[in-house]
Amino acid sequence: MTPGQRRWIFLAGMAGLAAFYLWGLAGLPGFGNYPGPYGDILNRIAVGQTRATGVVSAINFEYRGFDTVGEEFILFVAATGVATVLRHLRGEREGAASDEAVGRDLPPTSEAVKMVALLLTGPAVVMGWYLAAHAQTSPSGGFQGGVVLATAFILVYLAGQYLTFRRVSPVDVTDAVEALGAGGFAAVGIAAVAMGLPYLTNFLPLGTTPGAVTSSGTIVLISLFVGVEVAAAFVLIVVELLDQTLLLREESR
Amino acid sequence: MQIFPFVVVVWILAVGLYGIVTSRHLVHLIVCLIVVQSSTYVLLLAVGYKTGAVAPYFFDVPLHTPAVDPVVQALALTDVVVEAAVSALLLAFAIQAHKRFGTLDPQELAQLKG
Repeated sequence: MTPGQRRWIFLAGMAGLAAFYLWGLAGLPGFGNYPGPYGDILNRIAVGQTRATGVVSAINFEYRGFDTVGEEFILFVAATGVATVLRHLRGEREGAASDEAVGRDLPPTSEAVKMVALLLTGPAVVMGWYLAAHAQTSPSGGFQGGVVLATAFILVYLAGQYLTFRRVSPVDVTDAVEALGAGGFAAVGIAAVAMGLPYLTNFLPLGTTPGAVTSSGTIVLISLFVGVEVAAAFVLIVVELLDQTLLLREESR
Repeated sequence: MQIFPFVVVVWILAVGLYGIVTSRHLVHLIVCLIVVQSSTYVLLLAVGYKTGAVAPYFFDVPLHTPAVDPVVQALALTDVVVEAAVSALLLAFAIQAHKRFGTLDPQELAQLKG
């Protein structure tokens, strides 16, 4: 099929989609007229039931907690998948990264990039844990915190410290940490079962002040486990992708 | 403009799909897929929006203040996580395709494998 034909088929398809979409829009309530009822009900009861002022986190880690277990394992499986797809194949060996052109060295990382990256590493760690620990209070949680935490490791790499980066995130340890995060979430659910409660019941004391760090029971615990899992998964994915720059194909060199 | 956000949704979807259809590079194609998925964030947030309402966080606003739908916001979070997972996996496949076939052009790849 030529690119021209492909474009015409696409345009015909989009015309059909546009027609059905406009037809569908005619039956939707207009923008800004949310009809409810689920969001309104949750907004009304979530703070009283869970002592979490962040209703989104209350939904993610409490009302919809079982779905979030699945969501977390999607990321877990994706990291495993990346590691599997990028495993060392036959005929590949590791070597130092080098420029494609013979006799030309890789340019050194500029001092400004190094300094900014190293200056931001500490704040990124603090920010990551802060976000993961405040799921119940504000728009944050384990997923956001985990990504920020992973950024700290990637900043070390950006500062040109590839060897340091590998030393602070060895694959075996990162694997174990990732499994700990994913397993921790599942274990919080099973702990409830062991007490004779339904899976993922919030069995910890809820506290009295809504939105306090110590409030809302298992929500913050799950959020911390998710933060650990997400950070480890992203570090693992980045390590696997960066490793590829070290691979040389034996037959081509 | 009651339907304007929904028109934006389908526009982002169409732009992303057009990029996928005409793509000449697998990494470009993956970025286009991310654009397609971005349209779902706009759709989810637009569906739950309520005119004049606050975000569903009651830390410094009194309870019973009208707030937008938190359910779709939680879904958008799931959406972002899935998108990150999918693009990481696809980029890994693109690396392997380049190693194996020496090209990242989807049209050349199609010819190679028949």
